[in-house]
Amino acid sequence: MSIPAELKYTDTHEWVRKEADGSVSVGITHHAQDLLGDLVYVENPQVGREVKKGEECGVVESVKAASDIYAPLTGKIVAVNEELADAPEKINEGAYDAWMFRLQPAEPGELETLLDAAGYGTLVESETH
Amino acid sequence: MLKRTPLFESHRQCNAKLVDFSGWEMPLHYGSQLEEHHAVRRDAGMFDVSHMLAVDVLGAHAKDFLLQLLANSVARLSRPGKALYSCMLNAQGGIIDDLIAYYVADGVYRLVVNAGTADKDLEWISRRRDSAALKVDVVARRDLAMIAVQGPKAREKFWQAKPALRKDSENLSSFSAEPAADWLIARTGYTGEDGFEITLPAGQAEGLWESLLAAGVKPAGLGARDTLRLEAGMNLYGQDMDESVTPIESGLQWTVDLSGVRDFVGRDAISELQPARKLAGLVLRERGVLRAHQKVHTAHGAGEITSGTFSPTLGLSIAFARLPVAVGLGEEVSVEVRGRNLVARTVKYPFVRHGQSLIDDQLA
Repeated sequence: MSIPAELKYTDTHEWVRKEADGSVSVGITHHAQDLLGDLVYVENPQVGREVKKGEECGVVESVKAASDIYAPLTGKIVAVNEELADAPEKINEGAYDAWMFRLQPAEPGELETLLDAAGYGTLVESETH
Repeated sequence: MLKRTPLFESHRQCNAKLVDFSGWEMPLHYGSQLEEHHAVRRDAGMFDVSHMLAVDVLGAHAKDFLLQLLANSVARLSRPGKALYSCMLNAQGGIIDDLIAYYVADGVYRLVVNAGTADKDLEWISRRRDSAALKVDVVARRDLAMIAVQGPKAREKFWQAKPALRKDSENLSSFSAEPAADWLIARTGYTGEDGFEITLPAGQAEGLWESLLAAGVKPAGLGARDTLRLEAGMNLYGQDMDESVTPIESGLQWTVDLSGVRDFVGRDAISELQPARKLAGLVLRERGVLRAHQKVHTAHGAGEITSGTFSPTLGLSIAFARLPVAVGLGEEVSVEVRGRNLVARTVKYPFVRHGQSLIDDQLA
C-alpha cells in the first residue's frame, strides 16, 4: 500500500493532514493498523483539550493489543470522529480516510518538522526488516 | 531457527501473517482475525494444530500407567475411540500440562499435548515410566500432522472434501474418535463448536488442507483460536495455568477424578488443598479491553486477569481472572485498565457455545 504524498507523518505512526481552515486531521497509518490487526475499540481525546506534541491523547485497541496515540503537534483538540466509537473497523478498511481527531496547531511551522511520505516510508522499511 | 509444520507452505499460499508461537512459525491470521472467528462460529474454519505433539503410550500396561500419570481417570474411557481431557500434575499438584487422552485400542493410547510443553512432557512421561517399572513404550509422533475443522458446517464440509471418510465419521459422538486407515478422526476441538480434529501422516496434510479449502473451509489462525477458546471457556496452558497452580484453582476440578483409591501423581497434594483462589469469568461493563495480567480489585481481595480479549461474538470484552475463592457469581469487581478502574462482573462461563451467548441472563 502506498503512503499518500500529501500527508505528514510521525515516527509513532500517526498521519497528519492539513485542512483548509488551518486545523489538522490525525489518524493512524495503514502500516500501524496492519500491525495491530482488527481494531475493536477507539478512545479519542476530549474536544477542547490542550495537548503538547508527543503527549498521549488516545488509544486504539485491536483484538490483539492496545496502542497509545500521541499528539503529532502542540495545540487544541477541536473535533473527534464520533463514528469510530461504533465502527473502529473503518480504520482497517481505510486508514487514511478514517481520521480520529482534529487539532488546531498552536506552534506555526511545527507541521513542517514532521516526516514526509518518503521519510515515513524509510521508517516503515527499517522497522519491517 | 523456528520449527515449521508440514503445512507451512500452505499457510504462505493463503497469505498468513506468521508469528513465533512456542518456537514454531505459525499463522496468527490470514488477513482478518475477526472474519476467521466468525467463520468458525457461523460456518466452518480450519486450524493447523500440527505443532501439538501426539504421544503414543503402548503396551499391555499402558492403561495402568496412565491411571497413575493423569489426574483424570482413563478408566472412564468405556470403549475404544473415547477421549478424555486431563491435567498431568507434579507431586505438588501443579499442572505440568493439559492434554487429551484417546483410548485407540487395548494397549494403544494417544496423548495430545501442547507445543510449548512437549519436550518437558516427554521427559516427565519417560521418567514416570521408568520409575513406575511398568513396561510401556512412549513414542513421540513427530511424523503426524493435525488439522482441526470447526464450526456448524465443519463436518458437512469435511465429508464434502473427503466423501470416502463419511461412513467412518458420521456416527461419531462428541469426544470420540475413529481410526480410518492411518488417520484418526476425532469429534473434538477447542472452539465451542462442532467439528473434527484429524490426525494424519505429515505427507498427506497439504492434500487434506487443499481439499478442505476447495470445500469452502476458511483457514483460521492462532488469533481466532484464542478468542474462540476463551469464549468457549477453555483454559490455555501457560496463561490460565502452569506448574504454580492446581486444577482446583484453575476451574478444572471437574477433570480431577478423586473417586476410589487410584494413586495418581499429585493426588495427595490435591486432596489436602484448601484453595485460596479460583478461576472466574469476567465481563467488562464499560468500553475497553481486558488483557492478561491486569489487576482486579474485589470486596474479598485482589486478583489478576489470566486471559482477556474482545469477544467478537458478544461485542464486549471478556476474561478469565484468578480471584479470591470468596468472590461469588454476579459480583461487581474493578479492573485496572491502562490507568483507569473499569467495572466488570463475574459470570459463569462458557461465555458462548454453538454460536449462542450464554451470559445474556447473567448481565440482565
